[in-house]
Amino acid sequence: MTATERLRFLRRRGGDGDAWHAVELARHQDRPYTLDYLNRICDDFVELHGDRAEGDDPAIVAGIGSFRGQTVAFVGHQKGRDLKERTYRNFGMPRPEGYRKAMRVFELADRLAFPVVTLIDTPGAYPGVGAEQRGQSGAIARSQLMMMGLNVPVVACVIGEGSSGGALAIGVADRVLMQQHTIYTVISPEGCAAILWKDAGEAKRAAAALRPTAEACLALGVIDQIVPEPGGGAHRDHGKAAELLADAIAADLEFLDTLPPAERRRLRRQKFERMGAFVE
Amino acid sequence: MAKEISVDISPVGEPAEQAEAPTTPARNTCPRCDSHYREDEMVANLRVCVHCGYHFPVTARERIVQLVDEGTWSETARDLESADPLEFVDSRPYPERIAEAERKTGLRDAVLVGTAEIGELPVALAVMDFTFLGGSMGSVVGEKVFRAAELAVERRMPLVSVASSGGARMQEGVLALMQMAKTVAAVEELREAGRPFISVLAHPTTGGVAASFAALGDVVIAEPGALLSFSGPRVVRQTTREDIPDDFGLAESNFRHGHIDMITPRPELRDMVARLAWLLANGAPYRRTPLLPDLGAPQRAVGRLIGGARRRFTDLLPDRDGDGTA
Repeated sequence: MTATERLRFLRRRGGDGDAWHAVELARHQDRPYTLDYLNRICDDFVELHGDRAEGDDPAIVAGIGSFRGQTVAFVGHQKGRDLKERTYRNFGMPRPEGYRKAMRVFELADRLAFPVVTLIDTPGAYPGVGAEQRGQSGAIARSQLMMMGLNVPVVACVIGEGSSGGALAIGVADRVLMQQHTIYTVISPEGCAAILWKDAGEAKRAAAALRPTAEACLALGVIDQIVPEPGGGAHRDHGKAAELLADAIAADLEFLDTLPPAERRRLRRQKFERMGAFVE
Repeated sequence: MAKEISVDISPVGEPAEQAEAPTTPARNTCPRCDSHYREDEMVANLRVCVHCGYHFPVTARERIVQLVDEGTWSETARDLESADPLEFVDSRPYPERIAEAERKTGLRDAVLVGTAEIGELPVALAVMDFTFLGGSMGSVVGEKVFRAAELAVERRMPLVSVASSGGARMQEGVLALMQMAKTVAAVEELREAGRPFISVLAHPTTGGVAASFAALGDVVIAEPGALLSFSGPRVVRQTTREDIPDDFGLAESNFRHGHIDMITPRPELRDMVARLAWLLANGAPYRRTPLLPDLGAPQRAVGRLIGGARRRFTDLLPDRDGDGTA
C-alpha cells in the first residue's frame, strides 16, 4: 500500500483521530516536558550548559544521564509551565545556540559511545533577528547532518509539539517515535492557516488538512512507532507516561545495540532517503 | 517560459508561501532604479540591471543556460511528479495547484536535475525554480536532489546546486518536512564518498531549503541582494515585534556574520563555480575565459606586450639553474 492508500484506509476506519484534539493535547499545559521525563526516567541526570561559542539556550536541554544501567546523552526542547518560566524557556523555541549545544553533546556521545535520545517538543525555531544573524538555518542543517553521521544508536521521540525544522533539527534518528497524543508537522496549524487561508483563525481546518496525528505520521512512514500514554493523556499521570516512554526507548536502544555502527548509519540514511510520495 | 517570471518576489517565511506572487506588469523594469530593458537585453545581461546591479529572478532553464557549457546539459529524473499523499485541500485542491504551476512554467516540479559540464568539468547539477509554487520543496524536489547527489557519487563528480525556494511545501505536510532530512542524507552520501558540493543561493532561499542541503555546501555562494533566512522578515516582525534591520537576512548580512563564503555577481558566477569545481576536484587549474577573446591584430599586439613584460620580469628572478645561490 502506498502512503496515500494507508491514509485513506485510516480515515475510513475513523482512526485518524480529531486533529485539533491532538493539537490541544500536544500543547496541554500540564503535559510532562523534557525535564519532567528526564528526572523520572534517569537514575541520575546532569544537565550541561552552553554552546561553547556564545551562549546557553534554555529552550533546549542537554545532558548525560544514567538510563537503565547505561549512560545516555539526552537532548530535548524545554517549555515552561508558568508565565515566568515560559518566557525564560522562550516557549520552547530554540535559537542557534541551542542547536549548537545539542551538537556539542552529540559529539560527546559519539566520542564516548553513549547512545543519544532526543525529546521533541517545540512550536518551531525562534524567528528572531538575532537568531537569524547568528545562523539559524545553518545550525538546523548542521544538527541534522551531525545526527545523520553518528556512530552511536539514536532514538527520537515527539513528546508534544513537533513543528517545522526547529523540531526536525534534533529528530534525525534510527528510530523515531511519537507519543499517542502528539503532533508532528511541517508548520504549526496557525502558521499554515495564516499563509494558505490568509487567516490564522482557520487553524482548525489547517490542522485537519495537515494530518499531524501520530496515526497519520505512522501511516505516512515518517515514524516507526506510537508510544502509548496513560488514559486521557500524559498530563493525567506523569509517572505512568514516563514509564511507558522509558520502556519504548529502552526496547529500541536494546535492538539498535545489536547492529554494527556502519550498518546503523547506512540504515539511518536509507530510512530518510525513502521518505516521500511521488509518481514516476 | 521567461514570460512567467514575476519581478516582485516578496520574502516568505518558513515554510513556503505558495500564494501567487503578485505580478508586476512591468517585469523588465528594474525595481531599484527603474531602468527598463527589452527581453533580448535582459537575456544578454543575464537578467542583471546594468545600471544598478539589481539581480532579477531567473528560471531554472535560463539559469542552466547561463551556468553550463553549451550543449552539455542532460536532464535526469524528468518524469517525477508530485503525488497528493494527504489529499490536501485549502482554498483549492493541491493537484489543481500543481497542474496550474505545470501549465505556467512548463516544469513538472520546482527543481531540474541532471549532468552538465561547467568550464569543461563534468558536474551533477540541481537547479531550483521559484516560479513553480514558490520553489517549495515537496517529495519530488527531495527525491530529485537526492538523485543528483547519487549521480555525483556514482560518476565521481562534484554536486552543484542552485537554490531558490520559500521552504517546505505545506500541502505535503510532514512528508515535506522530511525532505529536509532526506536532502541532508544526500549530503551525507556525498561526504562519505568524498565528493565536493558547491551550493549557490539565489533570491530567495528561506525556510526548509535554507535549513537543509542548501546550507551544507562545502562552499556556499550567494547572489547579491538575495534573501537568505530561516524565517522571513514578515514572520519575524509579527512574532517578535522587533525592529527589522534594512538588510535583514540579505546575502550581505549573511556574509558579514560569516554564514556564506562569498557574494558573487551573476556575470562572474559561472567562472567562480568552474574555478571552485576544478580546485575541489584537485584537477588542473581552470582556464578562465580569456579577457580578450578572438584576438584581433591590435589585441594580439597587447597580448604580446603582456607576454613580453612577463618574460622580462622572470628574467629578473634569481637563476635557479645557475650558481645555486637562489
